[in-house]
Amino acid sequence: MSTHEHGSEAHPAGSTRLFAYVWIWLVAITGFEVFLAYLRLRPELMLSLLVILSMVKAALIVSYFMHLKYEKLSLALILVPSTLFCICMIVIFFMPDGLRALQLRGH
Amino acid sequence: MHETKIDQALISSPWSGGTRPFAVNSKKLGMWLFIVSDTLTFSALLLAYSYVRLANPDWPRPFEIYPAIAKSTAMTIILLASSFTMVLGVAASRRNDRAKTVRYLLFTAAGGLLFVILHTTEWINLIHEGYTPWSTPQGVPLFGAAFFGITGLHMLHVTIGVIYLLTMAFGYGKDKFDADDVEVSGLYWHFVDLVWMFVFPMIYLMSVNLGA
Repeated sequence: MSTHEHGSEAHPAGSTRLFAYVWIWLVAITGFEVFLAYLRLRPELMLSLLVILSMVKAALIVSYFMHLKYEKLSLALILVPSTLFCICMIVIFFMPDGLRALQLRGH
Repeated sequence: MHETKIDQALISSPWSGGTRPFAVNSKKLGMWLFIVSDTLTFSALLLAYSYVRLANPDWPRPFEIYPAIAKSTAMTIILLASSFTMVLGVAASRRNDRAKTVRYLLFTAAGGLLFVILHTTEWINLIHEGYTPWSTPQGVPLFGAAFFGITGLHMLHVTIGVIYLLTMAFGYGKDKFDADDVEVSGLYWHFVDLVWMFVFPMIYLMSVNLGA
């Protein structure tokens, strides 16, 4: 948001207070993740919870610290869905085998 | 800060043949595209890691709460703090406050350097305990490959980031770079932070040793 390039300059791109607030949330979620490590959860459950929490943190970083929330919507639309689509494709290719290995192990 | 007078009608719609459909400069778009490609690199690595982690019943758990988890949690907070000073640096550069921008950039680089130093001591500890990229005391070489491969690639990013930020701090101080360049370096730095937000829980917290 360096120059007055488009119309959404009316509101400032986040205040220091807002960023501090986001930062505290990031630290709090990290703390909760460390707390989860004490609970001896099953690895599948633990990994799923950690990935979900990390995605929340990633969304906070991308939206606020990396300013994507304050950019033109077209930029977010070209970057985020394509990335998520590619990651989903990797998951779809990998996971059936991953789950099969888990089932074989259990019996 | 260069004021460009662009006909608003020209860029009002991405589909209208506007010259700047994303309303960002080319450096920023370039960095975003790099970040997307790097995201996929790390995604593939972390997904492959998740697969071997879950498929392996005897996955090593070398990280005790103290010192390994305490240290890596501190490293996480240091990296998050450096992201915060980066945000302040970008904000200062937008106000054209050169002295403050340089100071925040140097704080950010110092945070990154501290992260690398702590991470190196962590690596040395593990190597002393018999963990290498190709072997572990438990005989699960995949752990060594995954741990050193993923954290090593991340550490490489942090190291490059520290050099990038120092270059930016000195160059911006000498008027070689402008506020746009500082913002682009900020994007890179936040991305390095973001990757660690996945590496720390998935690698460290999945291998915590709570004792018997």
